[in-house]
Amino acid sequence: MRLNKQIRLIFFLLFPFTLLTIFVVYPIVATVYYSLYDKNTGSLNLNNYIDVISSINPIYMLVSRSFTPTPPWGALIHNLAWVLIHVPLTILLGLILAFILKYYVKGSALIRTIIFLGMVVPPVVGGLIIRFMFDGVVGIIPAIFSFMGIEALSKTWTNYPSTALYALILGSLWIWLGFSITVFSAALENIPRSHIDAARVFGASMRHIFLKVIVPQLRPAIVIVTVMTALWDMKIFDVVYASTGGGPGGSTSVLALVMYSYFARALDYYKSAAVAVILALIVAPFIVIVMRWLKD
Amino acid sequence: MRGKLLRTMLINLIVWTLALAWALPYIGVVAVSAMPYKEVVTEGWLRIPNVDSLTLRNYIEALTNPLYDLATGYRNSLIVASISTLIPLIAAALAAYAFSNLDFRLKPLLFGLVLVIMMVPQQLTVVPLFFLYRNLGLYDTMQGIILLHSAWGIAWITFFLRNYFKFIPRSLIEAARVDGASDFRIFSKIVLPLSVPGLIAAALLQFTWVWNDLFYALVFLISRENQVITQKVVMLKGEYHIDWGLLTAGSVISMSMPVILYAVFNKYFMKGVAAWGVKR
Repeated sequence: MRLNKQIRLIFFLLFPFTLLTIFVVYPIVATVYYSLYDKNTGSLNLNNYIDVISSINPIYMLVSRSFTPTPPWGALIHNLAWVLIHVPLTILLGLILAFILKYYVKGSALIRTIIFLGMVVPPVVGGLIIRFMFDGVVGIIPAIFSFMGIEALSKTWTNYPSTALYALILGSLWIWLGFSITVFSAALENIPRSHIDAARVFGASMRHIFLKVIVPQLRPAIVIVTVMTALWDMKIFDVVYASTGGGPGGSTSVLALVMYSYFARALDYYKSAAVAVILALIVAPFIVIVMRWLKD
Repeated sequence: MRGKLLRTMLINLIVWTLALAWALPYIGVVAVSAMPYKEVVTEGWLRIPNVDSLTLRNYIEALTNPLYDLATGYRNSLIVASISTLIPLIAAALAAYAFSNLDFRLKPLLFGLVLVIMMVPQQLTVVPLFFLYRNLGLYDTMQGIILLHSAWGIAWITFFLRNYFKFIPRSLIEAARVDGASDFRIFSKIVLPLSVPGLIAAALLQFTWVWNDLFYALVFLISRENQVITQKVVMLKGEYHIDWGLLTAGSVISMSMPVILYAVFNKYFMKGVAAWGVKR
């Protein structure tokens, strides 16, 4: 009987966990080891980390020493700016739209379908399209500013350090909003219609219903969208690689891109591993939150 | 009452304007890809196109010019994404069955591992795999990247299917056990057939995820004949000059596959994503 049980477990678990061990678990452990490996002395120490953190080359810089009003500020700061701007906009717009679409708008399924499309197209194409929309010749957004007479913003946004990062962050709102609307819409389905109707009978305004009935009940969904969006922002790569490649002058560089640059440009695999570990450590708290949430 | 009607109309107007703004980039990309670029520069693209001047030149150029060769990229993406969907689907279904129907000592530990792997950044595995692949001759091969995508797929699909399998009434499984059915029989004759919608949703999301990947492809596929569509599209962008006709055509080609799948299986996609927001 015991033997039987073990054969059964092997049948169900051996194949999946062999693949996971070789191609995910082993490499994760080994990355930590390589990040500590000093290729000059062959010993283990923190030199890779020190080098990576103290680099001031705009392509590899994680945190700039001097503060300037416009990027480059260093990849890590760019990621944080991304989170600070992108997360609140995603939550706010997602919540309001999910609410309005459910209770006030005709044809809301079509609107949701259009907005969700950003989640389906390859992020590479998303990045190219952002560049396209902000292009001075063919793009719509500079054309709008040109029409309004604001010359400073009627140029190719991705070509200037002062605007490139903001173009990408705003563009990523376009890509990612589908996630937040979809999650919030699904969570709204769980709120009994009677709650809303009751509030209406008592003469509650739309704003009141939204703030006092909807938002409190959606709190778990808000937490998960916040964390998942922040994770996406911290790990972002394809969008940047395709649209600006981190330029101009490192002004849109992000952590994942720095990691790739050490790997593919500098061919310095050990520093590349160090950046990967730094990235993982920064997102670790988010991962813990999501895991706790998923477990129960 | 009239105030209320007015307000509803205003809300609809705003929301539909926003939806249009969200659709505009796609419209623009398709429009520019089918127009002569000269015309785009002089007349813009936000207009009714001149039917006479519409052209497929950009598409033909992107697909067949050996310099760009998106046709090869498309074929490679199809191969990589299909196999990288099939393997983890089978593997994860097995694991998910163990997590939902069997008791074993390591269960909490292994399940925790699956959850961690789901969330870990891809970047954290690259360097050792690069060394490993160089030694094993898997570097710059499609087999190599298929194994990699498959392993990542196993983690999230296991989690996804476990939730799905849990919805199957316990009484069905217990009844089969009493009748002396083995776990393999229960798995193949009861659990899998009852989970077809879940399997389809997982397959669609995994296929799209692999199709859309750029990072692993950049690292592990080097030679032109092995590269996938996402890599080929980025290479359409010149260093200084951008040919928007060519680049938009390439974008349309590379997003065509996930967009078609999405158009056909719309509900599966949204449900797969919505699962994050609703506690089960």
